[in-house]
Order: sequence, then structure tokens, then C-alpha cells
Amino acid sequence: MDLRLDRVSHAYGGLDVLDAVSLDVPGGLIVCIVGPSGCGKSTLLRLIGGLERPTGGAVMQIGRPPAHSLNPLTFVFQEFALLPWRTVEGNVSLVLEDHGLGRVERLAIVTDVLERTRLAEFRSAFPRQLSGGMKQRVAIARALAVRPAVMLMDEPLSALDSQTRELLMDDLVGLWLREPFTAVYVTHNLEEAVRLGHRIVVLSRRPGRIRSIVDIDAPLDARVAGAPALEAYRRELWALIRDEASAADRELARV
Amino acid sequence: MSEGGLEGRAGETARPVPFRGAGFAPGPNAYAGPLVFLLLLVTLEAGAQTGLISPLTLPAPSAVALTLWELALSGRLADHLLPSLGRLVVGAALGVATGIALGLVIGLFSLARAGLVPLVAALFPIPKIALLPLFVIWFGIGEGSKYALIAFGTFTPMVVATYGGVDAVDRTLVRMGQSFSLAWWSIVAKIVLPGALPAILSGLRVAIAIAIILLVAAEMLGAQHGVGAYILEAGSLYDLERLFAGVTLLSLMGVVANALIARLERLLLRWRG
Repeated sequence: MDLRLDRVSHAYGGLDVLDAVSLDVPGGLIVCIVGPSGCGKSTLLRLIGGLERPTGGAVMQIGRPPAHSLNPLTFVFQEFALLPWRTVEGNVSLVLEDHGLGRVERLAIVTDVLERTRLAEFRSAFPRQLSGGMKQRVAIARALAVRPAVMLMDEPLSALDSQTRELLMDDLVGLWLREPFTAVYVTHNLEEAVRLGHRIVVLSRRPGRIRSIVDIDAPLDARVAGAPALEAYRRELWALIRDEASAADRELARV
Repeated sequence: MSEGGLEGRAGETARPVPFRGAGFAPGPNAYAGPLVFLLLLVTLEAGAQTGLISPLTLPAPSAVALTLWELALSGRLADHLLPSLGRLVVGAALGVATGIALGLVIGLFSLARAGLVPLVAALFPIPKIALLPLFVIWFGIGEGSKYALIAFGTFTPMVVATYGGVDAVDRTLVRMGQSFSLAWWSIVAKIVLPGALPAILSGLRVAIAIAIILLVAAEMLGAQHGVGAYILEAGSLYDLERLFAGVTLLSLMGVVANALIARLERLLLRWRG
């Protein structure tokens, strides 16, 4: 299943945040969206995921989601969004409970995704007992459990420290290599974008428009942190964003 | 004051940085509470035994205990306590259940919130005991009016606590539920209700205290049996020992109710650690 954004615009009570964004998200690739803060990246993701309605344009699904997909458009949130009163296992099983699966089948899925994210030994731990990185692994396991057609990742590593972020990037690369998934990955971190993105979409400051699209052909497993080729891409992206980011930074908040 | 070669470069003395972080960190203490009780009882007993406190002013704790013991032996304790507990349980259960239900409705639906919050605000400060005559007309002089009074008294604080708790539920969690296409009812039962539970349980503490106050008031105004009736009778005879025996029973009811809620909290809110 591919996604097509057709001149998507959005405004919050007269304040334009997105202006005619048109974009294709091809299946099996990770599309990163970067841009200065307040450019509407997260809003764009919520529009794609159907959590908000665009004021103009449309987000289209092209083709049917695979039949085994329980929740075609699945979010991974920056703040993890785990239920503190459920264990790791309970948090994953939560999203399977409304799909009429049997207990045995549910348990099998939970076990499978916890193994894929290397969380098997933590299945009866509560979120408060886990580090930030482990919490986000649980959230990723939960997202994998519903077999998404497209993963919508909203700054998934931004609440983590840089070392944990490095580890989780490796995890995400590993998951993608094992079974390529489609993702729209919003981040303000250009390092993440060049490590994980097959295609990087640069948005301008508010109202967000597409400034540029950069394709990176190097396979994900060949992208080593700090490699000169990646660094060149990162610098290219920063050159595109720098002035905008500085201008956005000096803007007064309009509430 | 140079100490052990701690002198600075310019010959100045070195001192430890003063500690300023004390206080503002309440910690647990298992002994202080019972000790205060014990101290109070011992003081009163000593005063009574030495004749410093006349039994006409304040009865000796031992005399009150003896009265309670005799009351229990004669079987009249059960005659008074059981009807009171029955009224408390039925009335509070009615009020708490409807209060939580309405609080949820207000928390979940904007129209209900806009329409009902002012009404609840108008009902909350009414001294419910003033409505007892009305309840007697509506529900009869028997148990009905007492149930209604206690139910009404516990209802309003539960409504306020519940919708406050629903408001405080993390919106990201609700969003998460929607993003995984959970059913509406699933989101309410698995995300909103557990999230509001801490607030609901602390509302329950307030509600139970109010229920005990109203119970006594209702029993004083019209009951043959019950702790309130017992206290009223003792009071009108100036039998201070029985009066205090009754008051002790009320206190104990409050303490037991509090302990039950604390257990419930430990059981239901284990995830908070």
C-alpha cells in the first residue's frame, strides 16, 4: 500500500501550518520528514494517520492494505504512550484485543514481537521499571503487533539520550532489514534522517511547504555513523534548513 | 581556623558548603500516629484517676471502654451498629455508583459538561441534612430517606472527583488508543477509567467521611436504632460515658473505612509503585 498526499493544507483557527504539501510514500521505504521546529511536521503525520482532518487537500491510500494488517496506519509516539497500569505484555496485547483474535493467537503475536524487539524477558515488567529506550522498544513492539502497512513515527527517538538513540537506530535498521516496512519518520534530528531515510523531505518553516526532497541510495546496513558520505548529506540538509530554523527560532509564538 | 592543611591558595580557610536542602520531603513514620492517640488517652486517664478531670466534664477512657464492653456483651452493640452499617453501605454504594457514572458522562461529553457542571456546583454546597424533611416526604420516615440522604451526600463529591480525574487523563494515551482504532468503549474502559482511578479513590475518602456524618445526623432525627440514635439518647440523659462510647464507634468506623480504601488503593494502583 502506498500513500499519496495531494496538496494537503492545514490551518489551526486562521494560522496556516501546512501549505499544499504533495508527496508520495512508496511501499517498503522509510520517508523522513525534517524541518525547523513549528513547521508542521507532526501535524502532517497526524493528518496522514487520520487523527486530524486537513483543511485542504487529501491524503489517499493507493491500493489495499495487506489482508493480514490489523491497523494499516500505526503510530509510534515521541512520549511512548504506554499505559502505566499495564505490563509490557499487557500494553502490546491492548491493541490486539479489539480484533476478535483468540487468546492463543494474541499470545503468539505478543511473544513474537517481544522476541523481535528483544523484550521477551521483560514481558511482565511495568513501564515505570523500564528505561526510556526500553519503553520505546515496547512501543515499537506494540506497533509491529498490529502488522502495520505504514508506520507513522513521530520523533520516536527525541525523548532519549544520544547513546540510547544510537542503539535504537541500530534496532530499527535491523528490523527493517529483516522485514522491510513502510514508514513516515518525522524528526528534527538530521543524523537520524540520513541514517534511516531512503527519502528525506525537507519542509520550510511555517506554513510548511516542501523545500526539497533528497534521496539517499546507500543501503541502510551500509550507513555507518559519522561516515563521510552521510556527513555530506547531513551538511546538505542543514544548509537547506539553517536559515529557516534561525528565522523560526526568532519568531514570536502566536497562540 | 585552619584545619588539617585545608587552607586555600591565598591562605584563606576552607569550609564545607552549607547544606540547604533539608525539609519539604514528607516521609513515612509508623509510630507517630498511634503514639499521639496513646499519649492523649494516657493523659486523660491520668487526669481522671487523680481527680484533676471530673467525670462530669470528661469521662475516663477506661470508663468509656468498660461501657463499650458491656454494650457488646449485652448484644445491644449489634442492635445499634448493624442498622448503621447497613444504611452506610447501601446509601454510600448508591451515591458513589451514580456519582462515578455521572462524573464519567460529564468528563466524556462536552454537552453534559456544559449542562451539568453548573448544576453540580449548585448542589454541592447545600447542607444535605437540610433536605432530610424533603426526603422523608419523598421516601418515607423509614430507611428510604436515610439511604437517600447518604446517597445524595456522597454523590456530589464523587461526581466532582470523577470528572476531575477524567480531565487529568493523559491525552496522548487517548490519542494512542484512537490511533490503534480501539473501540470507543475500549478507550473508556481501558484508558480513561484506569487513568481516572487515583482521583476517584481519593474522592471516595471524602465521600465516606461525609457519609458517616450524614448517617449520624439522619439517625438523630428519626431512628429507633443506630449509633446516631444511641448518641442522641445518651446526650439527652447527660450520660457522657455512653456518649463517648458512641463517638468512639463513629471514629472506628471512619478508621476502618479509611483502611479499607487504603487497601483498595494498594490493590488497584499497584502500577504506581
